[in-house]
Amino acid sequence: MSVLTIARLTFREASRRWVLWVALLLGVAFLAIYALGFHEIQKDIEGSMRNMNPLAAKEMQSFFLIAGLYVVNFLTVMMTVLTSVDTLSGEIASGTIQTIVSKPMQRWEVVIGKWLGFAGMLTMYLLLMAGGVMAVVFLRSGYQAPHALAALGLMLLNVLLLLSVSLLGGASLSTLSNGVLVFGLYGIAFIGGWVEQFGAFLKNQTAMNIGIFCSLVLPSEAIWRRASFLMESPLVSAMGVSPFASSSVPSPIMIVYAILYAAAALALAVRQLYRRDL
Amino acid sequence: MSLPPAIETQNLRKVYGEKAAVDDLSLTVEQGEVFGFLGPNGAGKTTSVKLLLGLVSPSGGEGHLFGVPVGNPQGRARVGFLPEHFRFHDWLRADEFLALHADLYHMRRDLARRRIAELLDLVGLAPYADKRLRTFSKGMLQRIGLAQALLNQPSLVILDEPTSGLDPVGRRLVRDIIRDLRQQGVTVFLNSHLLSEVEITCDRVAFIKHGKVIHTSPLQKLVEGEIRLEIKARNLAPEVSAGLEKWSRNVRQDGERLTLTLPSEADLPAVNRYLVEQGVEVYAFTPQQVSLEDLFIEIVGTDGGL
Repeated sequence: MSVLTIARLTFREASRRWVLWVALLLGVAFLAIYALGFHEIQKDIEGSMRNMNPLAAKEMQSFFLIAGLYVVNFLTVMMTVLTSVDTLSGEIASGTIQTIVSKPMQRWEVVIGKWLGFAGMLTMYLLLMAGGVMAVVFLRSGYQAPHALAALGLMLLNVLLLLSVSLLGGASLSTLSNGVLVFGLYGIAFIGGWVEQFGAFLKNQTAMNIGIFCSLVLPSEAIWRRASFLMESPLVSAMGVSPFASSSVPSPIMIVYAILYAAAALALAVRQLYRRDL
Repeated sequence: MSLPPAIETQNLRKVYGEKAAVDDLSLTVEQGEVFGFLGPNGAGKTTSVKLLLGLVSPSGGEGHLFGVPVGNPQGRARVGFLPEHFRFHDWLRADEFLALHADLYHMRRDLARRRIAELLDLVGLAPYADKRLRTFSKGMLQRIGLAQALLNQPSLVILDEPTSGLDPVGRRLVRDIIRDLRQQGVTVFLNSHLLSEVEITCDRVAFIKHGKVIHTSPLQKLVEGEIRLEIKARNLAPEVSAGLEKWSRNVRQDGERLTLTLPSEADLPAVNRYLVEQGVEVYAFTPQQVSLEDLFIEIVGTDGGL
């Protein structure tokens, strides 16, 4: 199957690029600093603040865990876009794709093969980083977030969503335009999330609607907020004051929407590549 | 039952915006032929090749490879292709690159390994098998690209300007490979404006201009037919040279130099006799076979199809 050949090629290409190794190196540095920082905080929780309310201790651990995963979510999104943004447009512009698609294969195999290759690479990156953050917190303090696996699944959905959008852009636009498009959409989704949060906090329905509209434009931030909501300790949720706490929690329908969004983007990417003259 | 042609197109057409890159391409290339596809830059040669390989979709007309409609991957299974502006995954090693393309041809791994070794040898890159393509010169890339086009032992090899980046040794190599392919009964579609290459290698040629085939002919007949005559003479009155138009439509006089094209060698004695009878003092009488280049310019025109 050519689709698996392309998937393997994509995975190998990514692993031979400096970007992955730089990302891994910085990822390890991130985890080391994170572990060191958490160790210091935990030392205080166990030492000078031994008498604090165990719920408050849990809240600090939960906060620190979600803060770590927040950064991981951001880094994985960046990795997704930066590694995949030129994979189609670059090969179309350089003509590399000509000797590939003139083989006895179908064009969908190029798109789906690349999608699978990147998905594999990015899943490993996400598992390493998010798993690392969760492991640091668990090993040092024994704290485990509720619904950690489900949250991890949502973070993965986020990666696959942005990967599909980036491939759609790559099948239609130049590398630069594609990058501008994907980051632009991400920016809208990002600010929309905050508008929605504040809207919910202030009970401003218009602000909330603006936020929901932004989530429909690109549901990436909504998916992250759903993930962080799942991992919150119940106390934090009740207080609703942490920057990661969700005053307005995206509904499970948003997850279905994100899955459909990703599938539609991928299907359109395939269609775009069939329409392109190479 | 006769074999379907390797390539057959009827009124194939490709329009970009308002400009027709390929206007009306009707062409048949029989199996086993070495076919030269000639034309000035921008005449639509590369677009034609891309239409055949399904890289661009036609705006009209139809085409078949071995009886299979273009665009259907089945037809491409028997085709090897080296594009004009070949760019490959340059982070791959030469042997990995060929292994990748063998996979894309769905070749069995053990067969592929043997074939890759064979081809690296053929194109003279065996010592560089474990080197990254990034370190290759343009000529080496063209050789590895050629090896890539031969992996599946294709029945049809489509080469788009295969010698443009090569030094004389490389060109000789391409010529030898084409000769071997012809002996094996492989059809070769050679897209080139290096006419000397075509002259040496091709059985039949088509001339294309403004996206249309304007002339197709066996190369033998094309080049062997006409004779170009160069005469150095004194005492050459204008009415004498005008009299030569009986044999040739393009008589040109430049002082003592006279050039003309004759339809056949058989006319030479008559021209010679005529000149002597008219009292012309002939110093040199040099017949030359018409080169493909002369024909190219005559058929396509000096405007180069602009």
